[in-house]
Amino acid sequence: MSDVDLMTHPAQSKTVAAQAKLEVRNLDFFYGASKALKNINLRLEANTVTAFIGPSGCVKSTLLRVLNRMYDLYPGQRAEGEVLLDGQNILNPSVDLNLLRARVGMVFQKPTPFPMTIYDNIAFGIKLYENISKSELDGRVEHALRGAALWNEVKDKLNASGLSLSGGQQQRLCIARTVAIQPEVILFDEPCSALDPISTAKVEELIDELKTKYTIAIVTHNMQQAARVSEKTAFMYLGELIEFDETTKIFTAPSVRQTQDYITGRFG
Amino acid sequence: MSEHTVAAYDKELGQLGRNIAEMGGLAEKMISDAMDALLAMDVELARAVVATDQRLDALQRQVEELAILTIARRQPMAVDLREIVAAIRVSGDLERVGDLAKNIAKRTLKLAMEPRIPRAAIGLKHMGETAQLQLKNVLDAYASRDIDKAKEVWERDAELDAMEDSVFRDLLTYMMEDPRNISFCTHLLFCSKNLERAGDHATNIAETVYYLVTGQSLPIDRPKGGSSLTTTAN
Repeated sequence: MSDVDLMTHPAQSKTVAAQAKLEVRNLDFFYGASKALKNINLRLEANTVTAFIGPSGCVKSTLLRVLNRMYDLYPGQRAEGEVLLDGQNILNPSVDLNLLRARVGMVFQKPTPFPMTIYDNIAFGIKLYENISKSELDGRVEHALRGAALWNEVKDKLNASGLSLSGGQQQRLCIARTVAIQPEVILFDEPCSALDPISTAKVEELIDELKTKYTIAIVTHNMQQAARVSEKTAFMYLGELIEFDETTKIFTAPSVRQTQDYITGRFG
Repeated sequence: MSEHTVAAYDKELGQLGRNIAEMGGLAEKMISDAMDALLAMDVELARAVVATDQRLDALQRQVEELAILTIARRQPMAVDLREIVAAIRVSGDLERVGDLAKNIAKRTLKLAMEPRIPRAAIGLKHMGETAQLQLKNVLDAYASRDIDKAKEVWERDAELDAMEDSVFRDLLTYMMEDPRNISFCTHLLFCSKNLERAGDHATNIAETVYYLVTGQSLPIDRPKGGSSLTTTAN
C-alpha cells in the first residue's frame, strides 16, 4: 500500500482512499518478451477525470488498453500485477470480458462508427447486453444521444448512415454508443486528435458532464486539453509513471524535472 | 534550465528577462538620484529623474505586451508560466517604484524653491539607502533566482517601516517647533512614505521571486516594524 499512498496528494488522500474506482497495483505489461509498462501504481477516483500525458511511444495507450483488457485480443501480450475495479481484479482470467467492457467503455482516437444507421450504431450495443422493447430502446438511444450532446443535430435523420456525419459528430456518436450501455468507467484514447477546435470544445464539454456519472481516463497529446479537462494528471515516460498528482500542480509547479521538461517543451 | 525545442520561445523569455533587468537598473538609479537630488536640493538632477520615468513606463508596456503575446503563442506551462507571470508582476512593481522616485523628485523641485531647514531631510538619508539596498538585493535575487536572498529582503522590510516611524517623529518635532516648517516637513513626510512604499514593492518582488522559483507562495503575514498608525501594509 505504501507505493499507492505516496502517489496521492496528502490533502486528498482521505477522499482518494474512499473513492478509488479503479486501482492499478504493481502492473507490468509485456509485448512478447519486451516489458512495456514497468511497475505502475495509481488510482482512478470515481467521478474524476484523470489525464495521461507523455511523449509518443511512452505506452499511455497501452495502459489504457490494460484497463479493459483490450490487449487480450492480441496474442503474445500479457499483464502482470493487479487492476482492481471496485476491488475486483479484472486481470483474473475468470473475468467475463464482455461484461468488463460493458463496465469499462472505450472511445478511440479516430471515430469508429459502425457502417449502419445512426440509430443502430447506438442500439446495437444495447441489444448485445439487454433484451428490451422497441419503445424502451428508442428511449435509450435518445438518452444516449442527448448525453453525448448530439441529439439536436441528428434527431431528424436517425436512419441516415453514421458515416454521413462530420468527424466531430462521428466522435460524439461513438461517445453516445459508449454511454448507451451505461458503463462505469470511460477510457478516452486521444478522442480529439482528429477533430477541429469547435468539435474538440464540444467533446471537452461533454467530458465535463460525463464525469458527474462516470470515472474517466483520457490519454491526450494536447497538454492544454489535459490541463482543461482533468483533475488528476499522470506523466508517463518509457513505460514508467514518472509523476501523478493534482492537475493544477502538474501544470504550474510539477515536482519532477522530467515532467517539467516535457510540459514546457524542453524534452529530448 | 535546458533550452526549449522551439528556439523562438527561449528568445521571447530572454527578451522579457532583459527588459526586466533594464527596468530594475532604471528604477534603482531613479531612487538613488531622487535621494541625491533631495539631499543636495539639486534641481537639475530632480528634473532628470522626472524625465527618466517615461522610459520606465514604456518598458513596462513592452513587458506586458510581450508577456501577453508569449502566453497567446506558447500556452506556457509550469516554470515558463511562472516566469511570465513573474515578469508581469515585477515590471508592475518596478514601474511603481519609478513613480515614487519621480514623486520625490517633484517634491524636491518645490522644496528647492524655499529650502527652510535642509537638515530635516538628513533623517531620510538612511531610509533612502536602505530602500536602495532592498531594491538592489531583490533584483539580484530575481536575476540569480536566489530564494534565500529574496526571503532576506522580505524579512528586512520591517527595518524600513521602523525607520519611517522614526522620521515621522523627527519631522513632527520640527513642525511643532515652528509652524512655518509645516509645508516643508509635510513634503518630506511624503518622501519618507514614498521610500517606505518602494520598500514594499521590493518585498512584493521578493514574494514573486519565491513563487517563481518554488511554485509556492510566502505566507501572507510578513514581519512588521512600524506602528499601525503610520504605516500602511501594501
